[in-house]
Amino acid sequence: MKALVAVKRVVDHNVQVHIKPDGSGVETAGVKMSINPFDEIAVEEALRLKERGVVTEIVAVTLGEAVAQDVLRHALAMGADRAVLVEAHGELQPLGVAKLLKAVVEREQPGLILLGKQAIDDDAGQAGQMLAALLGAAQGTFASAVTVQGDEVEVVREVDGGTETVALKLPAVLTADLRLNEPRFVKLPNLMMAKKKPIEQLTADGLGVDAAPRLKRLKVATPPHRAPGVKVNSVAELAQKLREAKVV
Amino acid sequence: MSVLILAEHDGQHLKQATRQAVTAAQAWGLPVHLLLLGADTAAVAGHAAQVAGVARVLRVDAPQFEHPLAEDVAAAIVNLARDYKVVLAGHTAFAKNALPRAAALLDVAMLADVIAITAPATYVRPVYAGNVLATVESSDPIQVLTVRTTAFAAAETGGAAEVVTLAAPAASGLSRWVGETRNVSDRPELATARVVISGGRSLGERFEEVLGPLAQLLNGALGATRAAVDAGFAPNDIQIGQTGTVVAPELYIAAGVSGAAQHLAGMKDSKVIVAINHDPDAAIFQVADYGLVADLFEAVPQLTAALKN
Ligand SMILES: Cc1cc2nc3c(=O)[nH]c(=O)nc-3n(C[C@H](O)[C@H](O)[C@H](O)COP(=O)(O)OP(=O)(O)OC[C@H]3O[C@@H](n4cnc5c(N)ncnc54)[C@H](O)[C@@H]3O)c2cc1C
Ligand SMILES: Nc1ncnc2c1ncn2[C@@H]1O[C@H](COP(=O)(O)O)[C@@H](O)[C@H]1O
Repeated sequence: MKALVAVKRVVDHNVQVHIKPDGSGVETAGVKMSINPFDEIAVEEALRLKERGVVTEIVAVTLGEAVAQDVLRHALAMGADRAVLVEAHGELQPLGVAKLLKAVVEREQPGLILLGKQAIDDDAGQAGQMLAALLGAAQGTFASAVTVQGDEVEVVREVDGGTETVALKLPAVLTADLRLNEPRFVKLPNLMMAKKKPIEQLTADGLGVDAAPRLKRLKVATPPHRAPGVKVNSVAELAQKLREAKVV
Repeated sequence: MSVLILAEHDGQHLKQATRQAVTAAQAWGLPVHLLLLGADTAAVAGHAAQVAGVARVLRVDAPQFEHPLAEDVAAAIVNLARDYKVVLAGHTAFAKNALPRAAALLDVAMLADVIAITAPATYVRPVYAGNVLATVESSDPIQVLTVRTTAFAAAETGGAAEVVTLAAPAASGLSRWVGETRNVSDRPELATARVVISGGRSLGERFEEVLGPLAQLLNGALGATRAAVDAGFAPNDIQIGQTGTVVAPELYIAAGVSGAAQHLAGMKDSKVIVAINHDPDAAIFQVADYGLVADLFEAVPQLTAALKN
């Protein structure tokens, strides 16, 4: 069975983001970019399924500008077999992402489609569910354990108040949560080797997909800062402050 | 045209998040309908009809809704949504699972975790772990969104909505509910607790032993950092942050929490924040109203004792 993994290039999670002076968006020029952490977990899960003999081939896909290739290299260095870049210009929103991924799924015919549960830049958490909808496939979101059994995949999902287990018909779309696994460390020689692997290049137009944004960003702003607090010197002083603030 | 709210319930009562969505729904000045999906919604429909600001309760009873699956929930929404201007719900795991699927089937965008509705199709939502607030305008004919529950007060009772029973679409058969584990606790629900006591990975195996008595005393809920949950010291459903629960209690006490941006995203709107950390430079102190530089294993029990008197 083939697995397809969608990986997004995002501002690294350790970077403190800054808003562009004109308020039109977040500054990404000269900023460290990385694979979306949830997508790295999705790649790792595909690798583990391959190591268990469930998956035979792993295809990593990214959508965006040509520079997004670097996250495909990362996926290849982790052990993905092939990589596809769908070149698309301008802002991509989850519905557009889902439409583009659907076109790639139709070409590749994977049995399992893995995404991250959310991209840490837009914090939307939608593309996986939208892709499943467009494919008419089952979905297993916020996955913290994945087991393939026959023509079904069993998914443990992290939900409010605990976990839920569902069984999905294949092909199915899964979205990875933080505790699904811990991604392997990429070794430098693997990264060098991945640089030599070919990356298949497609375009949004070539796939015949209209991925134009539906939502217009009017502005971005920094949230209001909290007024600076005080340091207390003892537990007794803390208890007194809390009583004064009438919160205990 | 009206607003349709995807209601969430436990078979008896509506979740608080649904009553918060009812408040958010008033922004459009349109009639508000609640969609109740369940195996038997008779009891909960009675309660739902009493929520002020709700004009109609739509009951859909079917066996597949005993444990609702995203495939079936989305189908039920899509069945109705074309007659609505807005489809919304609180930003809970249930809605995050089903609403994007419904939006895609309707070929419209979705807005997640909206904190303000500033015009009929203009919204403010946090991005980049809450470090940036984006104002976004939608041009779609149906607006699909989830609202951050801490940003809207819960609607009161006092209403008298009409209750209408509708037929369910056939089950999709794509997926099957297998089981669930519920982390039972006699403490208040995290998302709505007045006090939250939260701990980091440094608590180790003593998480409950150290924080439990303080939570007990203040009738608070326990919260945790991702690091504490990953290490198995706290259950997954109490993770607070960008990828966990967002809380805004009256009092948030963070013990041994470093204050990573991803954690702050889930608690920095709390009214009063207390941080206890032995590192004076910990980032958590930048958002704390009261900071105490101390060893938490000594300070937390001392604080519990001091507040008892
Ligand atoms: C994609 C992504 C999503 C994430 N989502 C979340 C999320 O939703 N929620 C979340 O919390 N994190 C999240 N994280 C993780 C986050 O970046 C931090 O790693 C995490 O919050 C740190 O947890 P911590 O404070 O328990 O541990 P640490 O960062 O290790 O900090 C421990 C703190 O405890 C203090 N300490 C140690 N011993 C004592 C003692 N005896 N007394 C007093 N203080 C002591 C130390 O000084 C330190 O400040 C996410 C990360 C990524 C990459
Ligand atoms: N530009 C992209 N290229 C590839 N995958 C993407 C892209 N955008 C989103 N995704 C996938 O969709 C998931 C959810 O994204 P979102 O709905 O934007 O939060 C991500 O974790 C990725 O797996």
